[in-house]
Amino acid sequence: MEQFLHQVAAGLATGGVYASLALALVMIYQTTHHVNFAQGELAMCSTYLAWSLVNAGVPYWAAFILTVAISFAVGMGIERVLIRRVERAPVLTVVIVFIAMQFILNSLAGAVFGYTIQLFPSPFPEEPPFGNPYINSHELGVVVVTMVTVGLLWAFFRFTSLGLALRGAAANSESAALCGIRVGSMLMLGWGLAAAIGAVAGMLVAPIVFLDPNMMSGILIYAFAAALLGGIDSPVGAVIGGFLLGVLENLAGAYVIGTELKLTVALITIVAVLVVRPSGLLGRVLVTRV
Amino acid sequence: MNLLSVRDLHAGYGPIEVLHGVNIEVSKGGATAVLGANGAGKTTLLRAICGMIWRRGTIELDGQPIDKLETADIARRGVAHVPQGRGTFATLSAEENLRLGAIARMRSPKLAQNFALVYEYFPRLYERRNQQAGTLSGGEQQMLAIGRALMLEPKLLVLDEPSFGLAPRIVQEIFGIMRKINREQHVSVLVVEQNANLALEFADRACVLETGTVITHGTPEDMRQNPEVRRAYLGY
Repeated sequence: MEQFLHQVAAGLATGGVYASLALALVMIYQTTHHVNFAQGELAMCSTYLAWSLVNAGVPYWAAFILTVAISFAVGMGIERVLIRRVERAPVLTVVIVFIAMQFILNSLAGAVFGYTIQLFPSPFPEEPPFGNPYINSHELGVVVVTMVTVGLLWAFFRFTSLGLALRGAAANSESAALCGIRVGSMLMLGWGLAAAIGAVAGMLVAPIVFLDPNMMSGILIYAFAAALLGGIDSPVGAVIGGFLLGVLENLAGAYVIGTELKLTVALITIVAVLVVRPSGLLGRVLVTRV
Repeated sequence: MNLLSVRDLHAGYGPIEVLHGVNIEVSKGGATAVLGANGAGKTTLLRAICGMIWRRGTIELDGQPIDKLETADIARRGVAHVPQGRGTFATLSAEENLRLGAIARMRSPKLAQNFALVYEYFPRLYERRNQQAGTLSGGEQQMLAIGRALMLEPKLLVLDEPSFGLAPRIVQEIFGIMRKINREQHVSVLVVEQNANLALEFADRACVLETGTVITHGTPEDMRQNPEVRRAYLGY
């Protein structure tokens, strides 16, 4: 029983990371209807940035905030400089741009930082919280930080005019422009937010999987599965999907299929969702009456 | 005095020019109707005015040129465009649709008053304010689109076929509200309408568009007297 609870707790922690990255994918999907395959590598680059800052002596949380802010700016820049040029291009062109970006960022990180794995610090204490035997501090920290991120995002979309404008631009860009919303700025904002959320995910997962240029490749597949499971157009769904998948993966790994086949869980989830319920758990099947 | 004046407007899609030098005017507080058959370029004209497609020529709003501005900036100047198909934000609630209409006027002192006005004109929208807009009926979506446009505190309301696909009773209701908006709120209106009788009853000026050029224009009375217009668009 203790073993089981521990597996669930560890699953929630990795699930939190999947949830964050899934949220970043959903963010861009909602605004542009593209799945950004380079989201993982962007997060990896952000994590290297945080690592460099910490190594330069910047306190952890200052480095954390600085990394999120810089990632936000870089995300906006990528949309403005690169993605806007292929905005109206066929979807395959966009996919190829994303894949190219993924390889470029991966190789660039390898060239600059090398392929040796690095230790990334956790801001949370070594000893388990409240002396409980089930969950360690970093795992609990991941869950809390994920929930805070989601809460902030939800409040942003629900209660601010800018959040409403972003949702409007995502729902119907032509009507949004007719309401006076500058749709281009909204796309930039969406990319910025996605990059910032990705940075959080990268910094949370790095103490668990260690830091190297390929750290995100597996995680992106999980995140993609989580986003699909929750519904690719539903931020809440992405988070629920992330946590579910994290727990499912850990339990299956511990009791059913062993650790080597863990990634299969994500792949099977992707196929199963697409076959059984393409809109996901919370995704909207758009109902329109004319 | 004209609120909107369009002179020698050429516009189209990609390499194809649809409008070949169109002139049209909307007077301050007035209403202009654009008549014409399918494919005459009516929707293209409205889209060109709002900067949604390429255009060449002079477009002035209140004496200021707007032909180089982006769509969002034209909206912010006070041109509220209700597009064909109503442009509903289908996944958002009806109230969120109205809030989006007011997004450029969030600091306006009249914000609450505008909500009240829209709900007074369209009580049904108030009943359905929390419903997903995509699930509203066609008539309700048209009301929502006009309500959304009003939230912008427009100088000029641009309507693309407000009667399209609606039951006659609903059409009457909507044109009644449009008249109120025009006469009581002093919002000028530019309307494209297939139903020529209805449009001529509503407007104080009209023109007929055929293959991208204005073939005749004048008062609604002029139009009714014109034998060609009568035969082709009024059916008597």
